[in-house]
Amino acid sequence: MRMESCDVAVIGGGPAGVAAALELKAEGVARVTLFERESYLGGATRHCAHSPFGMLEFGRVYFGSAYGKRLEREVAKAGVDLCLGHSITSLGEDGTLGFTNPKGLGQIRARRVVLATGIRETSRAGHLISGDRPVGVLTTGALQEYVAFHRLMPFRRPVIVGSELVSQSAVLTCLTHGAKPVALVESAAVPLARAPFRWLPALARIPLHTGARIIDIRGKGRVEEVVIEKAGRSLTLPCDGVLFSGRFTPEASLPLSSGFALAPGSRGPAIDQFGRSENPIYFAAGNMLRAVETAGWCFREGRRIGRAVAADLRTDGAAGRLLRVTHDPRIKLVVPTLLRPGEVLPAALPRFQLRFQTPVKGRLILNAGGEVLWSRFGDWRPERRILVPIPADVTQDLSLTIEG
Amino acid sequence: MGEASSSGDLYDIAIIGAGVVGCATARRFALAGARVLVLEAGSDILSGASKANSAILHTGFDAPPGSLELDLVKRGRQEYLDIHQDYGLSIVKTGALVCAWSEVDAAKLPEIAAQGQANGVGNLTLLTGDEARRIEAGLAPNLVAALHVADEHVIDPWSAPLAYLQQALALGGRIEQQCELLSGRFDGTWTLTTSKGDFRAAFVINAAGLYGDHVDQRLGFAAEFQIKPRKGQFIVLDKAASRHLKTIILPVPNEITKGIVICPTAFGNILVGPTAEEQSDRSRARVEEEILKSLAAHGAKLVPGLATIPVTAVYAGLRPATDKKEYRIFHRPEMKALTLGGIRSTGLSAALGLAQHALALQGGGFVAPIEVPLPRVPNLTETQPRDWQQPDHGEILCHCEMVTRREVEASFTSPLPPGDFGGLRRRTRAGMGRCQGFYCQAHLAEISKGRLASPLATEEGGQ
Repeated sequence: MRMESCDVAVIGGGPAGVAAALELKAEGVARVTLFERESYLGGATRHCAHSPFGMLEFGRVYFGSAYGKRLEREVAKAGVDLCLGHSITSLGEDGTLGFTNPKGLGQIRARRVVLATGIRETSRAGHLISGDRPVGVLTTGALQEYVAFHRLMPFRRPVIVGSELVSQSAVLTCLTHGAKPVALVESAAVPLARAPFRWLPALARIPLHTGARIIDIRGKGRVEEVVIEKAGRSLTLPCDGVLFSGRFTPEASLPLSSGFALAPGSRGPAIDQFGRSENPIYFAAGNMLRAVETAGWCFREGRRIGRAVAADLRTDGAAGRLLRVTHDPRIKLVVPTLLRPGEVLPAALPRFQLRFQTPVKGRLILNAGGEVLWSRFGDWRPERRILVPIPADVTQDLSLTIEG
Repeated sequence: MGEASSSGDLYDIAIIGAGVVGCATARRFALAGARVLVLEAGSDILSGASKANSAILHTGFDAPPGSLELDLVKRGRQEYLDIHQDYGLSIVKTGALVCAWSEVDAAKLPEIAAQGQANGVGNLTLLTGDEARRIEAGLAPNLVAALHVADEHVIDPWSAPLAYLQQALALGGRIEQQCELLSGRFDGTWTLTTSKGDFRAAFVINAAGLYGDHVDQRLGFAAEFQIKPRKGQFIVLDKAASRHLKTIILPVPNEITKGIVICPTAFGNILVGPTAEEQSDRSRARVEEEILKSLAAHGAKLVPGLATIPVTAVYAGLRPATDKKEYRIFHRPEMKALTLGGIRSTGLSAALGLAQHALALQGGGFVAPIEVPLPRVPNLTETQPRDWQQPDHGEILCHCEMVTRREVEASFTSPLPPGDFGGLRRRTRAGMGRCQGFYCQAHLAEISKGRLASPLATEEGGQ
């Protein structure tokens, strides 16, 4: 097997990975290789025929696969070495990556690696839901793949689990492709999507059950009905499918099986304010860091991390002392969870990004030892983006706590 | 299938049920030269008890001494070890540790070791907790003692029976799927009435697993046993878990069951299960949230590194238990019939042994074929190169399990193509991985269109 080499290998051709690759080229890095396992770019945007992308990054709006096409043009223009249909199979500590492509196996040695493998939705198995295991239980991603690329429909009357933005998108996909959702089921007390998106089910006359969860899926061959529990009572909903939407989780199996430390909250790679992991060869960007942000956010974040990687190559990676950031269990995740103070790289992540596990009313505090560095009172909601400034001169581990 | 009801054809052997026992028995008789007919009620083979097990090829160290089960487990295991290379079937020598987490359990280990020795199983070593942790560093530090059973293996539980049956088919055997036995009449030879018409056979073997007692009744036999389905729930942890465990972790057994096992698979995952829950339903095996959570907690307690590993899949299977622990084997020479019943938990290990036993009881008398074709089933395990590691594999369809389009398409042109989605998953592993079909399910629906008993999806406009 021939060993190839490059300056930076970017893994994942979604908005974050593409943006990182483009920025690396713009910064003058000579050999940037972008690996994508599918045969097209775009990542999660590729089969989302509904939501517009690209306003901030390209100054115009694209839908679904057109956005991926635009990414492909930009990548070609910038001189990124694009490897479609390549799956990375191993991450070596020294930056050696194993891959397979339609022709067979290969290896490449990179001076830096940017992981940008995105997210996936939590499957029925991940939710550990009781019941039979019939055909007709899937995620929004699978549904959109069905309709976008195959013009197939896996059900006609699904129950949709979740009320995030992606759940509303699932409703739209169903309605525009000949399926009528029976109900939306959300365990939180209020829908997680913001207005006006959260009004969609009502407009389409689809019942929304908040504070409810599926306790049973029934069906011998195909789904026949589900049972939901709401306020201590159970309700049976006849249906022919169950769609699990949202509850995104980082697609981090590659670093996990290569022995990388994941951040316990986000379940993505633990990184510092430059997007760099404990192993200073590896960086990560995009939704893999945290579920879930918009394509535009990921693109901008990818750009900034690309810039930091380029600067890191120039300074030859003199990674500084490592500090850690811990948080209250009511906070679901904090990014970054590592800090390397005193480095001169451009900060890729200027602020801590937080998500809450449950609704909390109280004072959110950033502490260093006994000292309060920042605090703010708020009514903190799950799935909402919360930003906390990262102080400049940190000398010790930090913690994010809540009072009240 | 127009010929299905041509009752003119007389088969030497009719086997009811294409589980692992039925498939192995079909192979053994076909190798002996018999014309074999297999009748399967499901839309694919292995769709009953054989679809969900822990995939262990047991040594028999803990089988009841002197039992037929012990004998057949040992013979079945030996034959598997003898043939697996020629058949291209994988095997992983994981070894097993019977782990004692209390002094009370630790005190039972010497007796278990003595029984293992009496059962003719070698390479048994009694270890302190620390010694055991040198073999398996991932075990929790409160381990008191362990018995190491070095010769335990895991195998691919679906490819092996598929290979057995394919060999029987290559030797002129026949399988009918979605073909339920309704009744049987014996007048010197058997006339079997099924949902697909009548079939004739000289000798009938009941390998109907969870329906073994029903099939005996439909053949007109007195009820010798009753199946009491025993459900086992499992969780499957992500392949990243394999960094934390290489050995099968067994509990000190109690009277009812071998208990919850933490078990590496040949596919590179870790299983935790099975539970042992009595139920009356023979066709549905539900998973239950509380049990699944307790399995995950159990795994993390014994092997702390598993705590951070995501759950990839959950499943439940039914074992054909009866009111007695032993196999329920009834030979009725005057009726030219044999029942292989109550193979409740060691079926995968004992299948080839059961097949030998069945041929011995029936008595043979066939003309063995001159040429014996070897079956070819694709390798799905991590022990040998997978298709994605081969040159020119084309395209990866299932990224979690690294299944190529070539593998999926080959399954449909194989001698025994999948009859349903479960069968497709068992033949290729597509959709078995951590995303549970997020990426590949739509591709699979497209490729499998019109080829599965219950389609994954239909055209957008249609019903």
